[in-house]
Amino acid sequence: MNERLVVNDPDRLDFRVHRAAMVDPEVFEREMRHIFDVCWIYAGHESEVRAPGDFVTRSLCGRPVILCRDGANRVRVFLNVCRHRGAMVCRERSGNAKGFTCFYHGWSYDRDGNLDGVPGESSYPSSFDRRELGLAQPPRVDSYRGFVFVSFDPQAMPLADYLAGAKEYIDLVVDQSPTGEMELIRGTQEYTIRANWKLLVENSFDDYHLMSTHKTWLDYMKKSGVAIPKPTKGHVMPAHGVGRALGNGHAVIDNENFRGRPVAKWIPIYGEDAKPEIERIRAELVQRLGDARARRVADTNRNLVVFPNLVVNDGSSVTIRTFHPTAPDRMEVTAWALGPKGESAKARAIRLDSFLTFYGPGGFATPDDVEALESVQQGMATWREIPWSVMTRGMAKEGEQLNTDELHLREFWVHWDRYMRA
Amino acid sequence: MNAAREEVEDFLYHEAQLLDEWRLDEWLALLTDDAKYRVPSNDAPSGDPADTLFLIADDIQRIRGRVERLKDPHAHAEFPHSRTRRLITNVRMVSDTISGEMVPDTICVHANFVVHRFRRGGKESQYVGRYRYLLRRVDGALRIALREAILDSEELGRLGAVSFIL
Repeated sequence: MNERLVVNDPDRLDFRVHRAAMVDPEVFEREMRHIFDVCWIYAGHESEVRAPGDFVTRSLCGRPVILCRDGANRVRVFLNVCRHRGAMVCRERSGNAKGFTCFYHGWSYDRDGNLDGVPGESSYPSSFDRRELGLAQPPRVDSYRGFVFVSFDPQAMPLADYLAGAKEYIDLVVDQSPTGEMELIRGTQEYTIRANWKLLVENSFDDYHLMSTHKTWLDYMKKSGVAIPKPTKGHVMPAHGVGRALGNGHAVIDNENFRGRPVAKWIPIYGEDAKPEIERIRAELVQRLGDARARRVADTNRNLVVFPNLVVNDGSSVTIRTFHPTAPDRMEVTAWALGPKGESAKARAIRLDSFLTFYGPGGFATPDDVEALESVQQGMATWREIPWSVMTRGMAKEGEQLNTDELHLREFWVHWDRYMRA
Repeated sequence: MNAAREEVEDFLYHEAQLLDEWRLDEWLALLTDDAKYRVPSNDAPSGDPADTLFLIADDIQRIRGRVERLKDPHAHAEFPHSRTRRLITNVRMVSDTISGEMVPDTICVHANFVVHRFRRGGKESQYVGRYRYLLRRVDGALRIALREAILDSEELGRLGAVSFIL
């Protein structure tokens, strides 16, 4: 760890990432403490818990947590651990509960996290105070437009400041909803990738790989009648797109749409019978947001990375994807579909169908991404012989950077390096 | 519709052989022109793809596209092809319907499966679950109108992907 892992030398047009960052257990341990325990981490979506008592459980940064609604209808996050001996107080995936009872010795907690039942409490001495032994919360919990985040660092900056320029892109997601609210759709894709988590960060907004890794998806789109323009001079993608840094390590690719959008750009793959519904959604969008904003929402695709591990793909569908490393060469990925609350049954069906063509463990593209990342991870075994990955695409350009350049990847790595050296 | 269990079992074993041998065009020929192929998300095994996110919810167009893709060496997740071995058991013809769809002239078949998948480098995985089929007789022969593979594991987890025909 004495050696620099990221070399960023604009004067020499040199940007390199050391491959030890993908394999070294010490790097992994340091990431857990210096990144995952410090940053704001996506915990869930408010729509997952709609009524008081609703809960979902999951693992965040290696810790079991409960996302729930308390008795006052507030979204809460609790550490899923009994204050007595440390057993998890809830082992169900989701549900509605009056409270949480630890099955080990029977301590129980109400919806607000208060300890409200201790079997044989009279045997505890006077120093025992139930009020000090409620369910614990991560030091910081906050949300932005339905997206709930936690930080395990009490000193973390306010969430709104942390999100910086990423807020604009979350706004573009939420603006798709006539009700002003998005909701998580039932059905969760949870899978393991045998690769370093940062490779998925890169992959999530690396358009440079699209034409070669996803050739079969593009072929399917073409055969289904979707117009895939030939790349123009200087481009490798069918449509123009840019990479943008958004501050604090967040970044995005922001592309002219060619691949269709449930809100709201029809492509032949949706079927003729879907056309009127997409046109209706488009008309509502224009009426509500005005022509310019509607075009901004509906005619571009955005792949957003919120540092360190939240990806929002807003294009063929809206995907929320988050991932937690469990080892240098392993991560657990969770992906959901997000849709406008109250959208029609037809629109919902189009959205989900469009999701599956590209995304997910059974899609026409994601399995090839997973294969690519695992292939990279295997290649990383040569890191002592070939220590550096070059990441200079677009570095000499003034002004606009393409989606197939690497400005956005560099933005991630520069901040990763900053956290790791802090 | 009438079919003997023996005929149904032979049909499923034949299908398994075609898939294990990657004879995907012959497999396609076992499907009706309106066939569907589905793999639900692990946490919503009885959902409807119209309102629930699945792993796979193909209509016949996307099934054909999937086969086309899997035959292409650029389907990187399956090139080289996985070696698979399907064990199909507990085959039963049942009277209930799938997803509430009442379809005349069809039979509903349930079966259990273990699909072993092997890739180079010691990668071995077992997909365990149950199939739900709607079979229809077309010109005297059994054909697949719906094929749903429901995984038992709580999450897809280390299985990683369903990149072959499960």
